[in-house]
Amino acid sequence: MYGNDFNVPDDAGESGSVSGGSGPAGGGPSRGPSHLLDEVAAAERALREAGAASVAGQDAGPGAEADEDELRRYFDAVIDADQKIEPRDWMPTGYRQSLIRQIAQHAHSEIIGMQPEGNWISRAPSLQRKAILLAKVQDEAGHGLYLYAAAETLGVSRDTLVELLLAGRQKYSSIFNYPTLTWADVGAIGWLVDGAAIVNQVPLCRCSYGPYARAMIRICKEESFHQRQGYEILHTLAHGTPEQKVMAQDAVDRWWYPSLAMFGPPDADSTHSQQSMTWRIKRFSNDELRQRFVDMCVQQASVLGLDLPDPDLRWNEQRQAYDYTQPDYDELMRVIKGDGPCNRQRAAHRRAAHAEGAWVREAAQAYAEKQAARMREVAA
Amino acid sequence: MSDGWPLWEVFVRPRRGLSHSHVGSLHAPDAQMALRNARDLYTRRQEGVSIWVVPAAEVVASSPDEKDTFFDPAADKVYRHPTFYEVPEGAAHL
Repeated sequence: MYGNDFNVPDDAGESGSVSGGSGPAGGGPSRGPSHLLDEVAAAERALREAGAASVAGQDAGPGAEADEDELRRYFDAVIDADQKIEPRDWMPTGYRQSLIRQIAQHAHSEIIGMQPEGNWISRAPSLQRKAILLAKVQDEAGHGLYLYAAAETLGVSRDTLVELLLAGRQKYSSIFNYPTLTWADVGAIGWLVDGAAIVNQVPLCRCSYGPYARAMIRICKEESFHQRQGYEILHTLAHGTPEQKVMAQDAVDRWWYPSLAMFGPPDADSTHSQQSMTWRIKRFSNDELRQRFVDMCVQQASVLGLDLPDPDLRWNEQRQAYDYTQPDYDELMRVIKGDGPCNRQRAAHRRAAHAEGAWVREAAQAYAEKQAARMREVAA
Repeated sequence: MSDGWPLWEVFVRPRRGLSHSHVGSLHAPDAQMALRNARDLYTRRQEGVSIWVVPAAEVVASSPDEKDTFFDPAADKVYRHPTFYEVPEGAAHL
């Protein structure tokens, strides 16, 4: 799971506006989840084939004594050729810092994202639902670890990133600061929150930084199970008793706008975007992705027999897209700045889990040392 | 914290007949834990039939800065490829 929104208020001086003009690179937007999976597969093929393409006129790359200008030209040429930057390549400091921040915050989102759903593991309505939810939450932990590993290739240690999260000095997606009040919320999270995450993440499979792109391909493949299980929960409830249908509708009502907010502020106010586009870390603007998500959800909601809580949602023949009501961006800002319904609870829970797990790490360390000592004795 | 836990690179053989490929990395206090963690992290969906874990510090890599000189000797030896040779007309199984 993941959103774009944490890129909002931090250090950024002014808002670099990215309206229009950013032509869809690497495949245009598509409409349905199966198309999204096709895009993941296409990104994976492209990743394999990219290495065969040559970097314009600079096949050999800069030599050992290349100066910074030369290194920068080669870096730009690699990006322009849609090739991947790999960990030990020269890269501009800004590129490195941007990636560390984005990948770390993405990893933190996966880790904090275990909490809202973890809340329902012990109360899932059947053993099968419970097993599925456990597997899903375990996946989120796995996604967090893939991403921490990708961040580490940029020269930052996982322990440092974990400390930054625990200290509240790095952000995670604001969506996880909303509570899961009923079982239907687990369905709504799967359908809407994971759905929005997939729309956000699929273009990242083509990100210019190799380790991040590879981690995203892995994650996107696993994420589609998450979205379908959520959709199935809602479909079952929506076709169950009247009370169950009301519960499903209530969950969609509460999760719809926060899910739209996951794509971050409107393009006009979005920081970091322009540079990220140039570096091909990011390939579509927040508003393009949000629109794509809305267009997918309308049809899916009709199959569920549930309403999206937006009276102004209607097809715009001219734009060939749905007009919709924007989420409350003031609320998004408040939640990002720490004033959401569950911010303090999420942070406190993570700190407690880390502290209470210390003995496990210590025991593993002690065991490793004992084993190593025994090996030395045998050898001696 | 897991301070000082070494980094391990993880390689998975997806199926019999294929070689191990690098899939990512993880931290663990020793090789056995690294292997177990790698199983939980990288093969939750039967992605492999065999796993290698290698201490990242033990990996010796060529430097991207020396890419030029390091791989240069292979650049001018086109005769190492079969396509270099012209096969006379009529010669079969070549």
